[in-house]
Amino acid sequence: MAYPYVSDLEVRVISKYFGDPGQRRIDTYVERGGYKGLQKALGLEPDAVTEEVKASGLRGRGGAGFPTGVKWSFMPKESIRPHYLLCNADESEPGTFKDRELMRWDPHQLIEGCLIGAYAIRAQHIYIYCRGEFFEVNQILARAVEDAYAKGYAGEDILGTGTTIDITVHQGAGAYICGEETGLMRSLEGERGEPRVKPPFPAAVGVFGMPSTINNVETLAAVPHIILNGGEWYRQWGTEKSPGTKLFCVSGHVQKPGNYELPLGFPLIDLIEHVCGGIRDGNELKAVIPGGSSVPLINAEDSSICTLDYEGCVEVGTMLGCASVIVMDHKADIVKQVRRMVDFYAHESCGQCTQCREGSAWTARILRRIEEGQGTEEDLDTLMEMTQQMVGTTICVLSDSVAAPVQSSIKKFKDDYLALIRGGERVGAA
Amino acid sequence: MAELVTLTIDGQEVAVPRGTTILEAAKQIGKQVPHYCYHPGMSSPAMCRLCLVEVEGAPNSMPSCVTAVMEDQVVHTESKQALENRRGVLEFYLVNHPLDCPICDMSGECDLQDYVHAEGRDRGRSDEPKRVFGRDDFGGDVLFYGDRCVMCTRCVRFMNEVEQDQRLTVVERGNRSVIDTFFEEGLEGTHWHGNIVDICPVGALVSKEFLHKARAWDLERTSSICPSCSQGCNIELHTRDNLIQRIKPRENLEVNGWWMCDFGRHNHEWVNRGGQLEDPLVRGPDGVIGAAGWRDALGDLLQHVRGVGGARVKAVATPFASNENLGTLAELVDALGGGDMVYRSVRAEDEIVLKGFPTLARRKDLAPNTSGAELIGFTRVGDDQAAGGLENIATYDGIIIIMGDELSDQEANFGKEAALFVYMGDQQSPAAENAHFVLPVSTFAEEEGSFTNVAGRVQCFSPALKASGMARPAWMILGALAAELNKGDAPRSAADAFSSLASRVEAFAGITYGDLGTRGVVVNETYVLSEN
Repeated sequence: MAYPYVSDLEVRVISKYFGDPGQRRIDTYVERGGYKGLQKALGLEPDAVTEEVKASGLRGRGGAGFPTGVKWSFMPKESIRPHYLLCNADESEPGTFKDRELMRWDPHQLIEGCLIGAYAIRAQHIYIYCRGEFFEVNQILARAVEDAYAKGYAGEDILGTGTTIDITVHQGAGAYICGEETGLMRSLEGERGEPRVKPPFPAAVGVFGMPSTINNVETLAAVPHIILNGGEWYRQWGTEKSPGTKLFCVSGHVQKPGNYELPLGFPLIDLIEHVCGGIRDGNELKAVIPGGSSVPLINAEDSSICTLDYEGCVEVGTMLGCASVIVMDHKADIVKQVRRMVDFYAHESCGQCTQCREGSAWTARILRRIEEGQGTEEDLDTLMEMTQQMVGTTICVLSDSVAAPVQSSIKKFKDDYLALIRGGERVGAA
Repeated sequence: MAELVTLTIDGQEVAVPRGTTILEAAKQIGKQVPHYCYHPGMSSPAMCRLCLVEVEGAPNSMPSCVTAVMEDQVVHTESKQALENRRGVLEFYLVNHPLDCPICDMSGECDLQDYVHAEGRDRGRSDEPKRVFGRDDFGGDVLFYGDRCVMCTRCVRFMNEVEQDQRLTVVERGNRSVIDTFFEEGLEGTHWHGNIVDICPVGALVSKEFLHKARAWDLERTSSICPSCSQGCNIELHTRDNLIQRIKPRENLEVNGWWMCDFGRHNHEWVNRGGQLEDPLVRGPDGVIGAAGWRDALGDLLQHVRGVGGARVKAVATPFASNENLGTLAELVDALGGGDMVYRSVRAEDEIVLKGFPTLARRKDLAPNTSGAELIGFTRVGDDQAAGGLENIATYDGIIIIMGDELSDQEANFGKEAALFVYMGDQQSPAAENAHFVLPVSTFAEEEGSFTNVAGRVQCFSPALKASGMARPAWMILGALAAELNKGDAPRSAADAFSSLASRVEAFAGITYGDLGTRGVVVNETYVLSEN
């Protein structure tokens, strides 16, 4: 069965077996060369594994883009305390559906990556924190972990090397904020999933107060390939600063939405036009959110020059995030889209920081009023100024995620707002 | 002494021990950075985001409550960046706050009011409908007004970290989050929950007992010491109309931190109960007792004392009396040729320790000055209900002096045989029927003095109320008599009475009343209450 849409322009490293249920079986996975990366890693010193990942230039695929090898090297080298590797599989950003596919089609690739990562940071326990709503994925993962234990790839004395690494799949309870690393750790500990102030950073004080490293699913899925083929091999794709391949989850008004694995630095416009078959119904491109709902949206003009790597996105005033490309054509109602995103964040705010708790809900109310034709032009000033108070002032960046779509849409699509404001008269305006 | 770090806050250099937070360092130079979630007695989640300050070189504003100072750091607490943040946060707080200050008990002492008045916008820009939670009974003495809450979670952290009895939590998330109890009983049965009302920076948690009783600005606040057990918690008496309206703890890290128990907090009705003795009562030659002025009463008493002469004195005092009162009584007993001095006190079965501040407990000994009484030479008699033990005094034929003990367990024929029976108290006692003199004395709330707590710390309290009628501090009455007998000077103040005590009792030697200050001084030897 072919995966919904594929493109010749893709470089399929981690998504090679998307659409092939056979890959879920451990025997098939091993036949196709699986767990060789683990075998090779276990033959190296942990620090050598970290060095190889450093050499590959692999950057965190969860959104922040922090170099993975460097992150691993922050872990204490020797410690009498247990270390933990946490796999962040709480994928819940609107527009993002890459981790789900990675776990659904190729669970062993992730497990192998986790085991290598755990070995590199000297962790004896892996927690895969999987989003609660992913029922199927949770079942697939649980089965895969069971198989890995049965075949001796996990648990005690892995492949006869004396290394012991346990894996626990933890099912979340449906909170977006548990995808934030400290929120995830608190949730694992059985507390309310609320982010906490850093420092201390997880490498010093992580889950259960122990040194921990937390990586995204896609990051860890790339690790077996890097170990098996070498860091240099991975650098054949992508740019100098953003090497490798990346999954792009394209949704919205394109002909062929879906997951596409492309080298980083791929032009956004080519992604839309050539990989995804262009805008639906021959419509015009209006706006793109290149990295999931929490990054600023860009207009058609910026989209035409944007390259999809960490630096390229920053150049046009947005971020690569987790590369969830949401495409909107000229019929899209920007205000409604922004309002829906803000509604999401208002609903998912943990409620600790004042700016986020009050600001996100207030922003959502104003946007709804504007959408209903009851807005005023002062509302736009209020929105701009108020959301500015929400940037960089809170414990985590959820608050910034509210500000990003609001500010960027008011800056670039002010006419959409003004049309709604001027079209209707606000009842009971002060 | 920890290593000192020097930094600059608002242009002023300050040196503080390494590890100090910016917020605490700012306090050292008199700068109070506005904050809600931070409380020195608990962990800091740094979530109210009000205490953000500008630190030169840092990309974002830093939460001053958790950011440790660094050498040569330059901090601005009142820069444009810091002020704009505070203005923004305060506006956010008011988006859903009901602004019902006119009917809110916290009004007048509310941090939200103060901060908004000082640094907030003159009006909020939100005219959206407000979120409504309504009112909830949290059990115990606590009512919760959810709409006023600023979600600082101090109350949740107090119950979890300090009382260590998890009764409160945050339910829901985002701006639907609200403090709630786990079960129907709420805070019922906990012993320290009154503190969450104190630490609530707004009027979200209010005391049922104090509900709508007084406005904050109408209350007089007087430093005092809690008389409800031997811990000696530092308190403030909040009074209006010559009544105690409520009791609040006062910070003293050596004794009670920032806390006090609910038992002590609510145990003040006995001061307010009324019906106090107002006039000195003197038994005339005809055997009828009647009111007299102090001059006549003391003159008569002195005559009586001289007339009786030679008999040993039996004195019963209460450990609720101050060091000054007990010391002056001991001085008078000495002047009369000595005698037996006893006290009776109530003891609870258990200590109630505050787990997160274990040096603080509601002690078994439910009197404030047992240590003082013991050090001054009084011996304990009677049982744990403060009953019995006076059998040989009830029928004594010499001089009996009762100070403060209401003799509630004694028969009406108490002291019938006595040559001289002086009863001093703030309430009339049925067992004082045979007294020759009934002298009204003031309570701890009406006089100045000091108590010696369980750890031997002498701490002073100030008068908060006007004594009823002609009631006077016991030291003043006893001191006048002793001075006449000793041909010395009568004490004119509690400080005089204390210095006289310090000169007579070794444990207090070298301490002056002025030394006590607001933190107290530990005596030279400590009386340790036996456990049985």
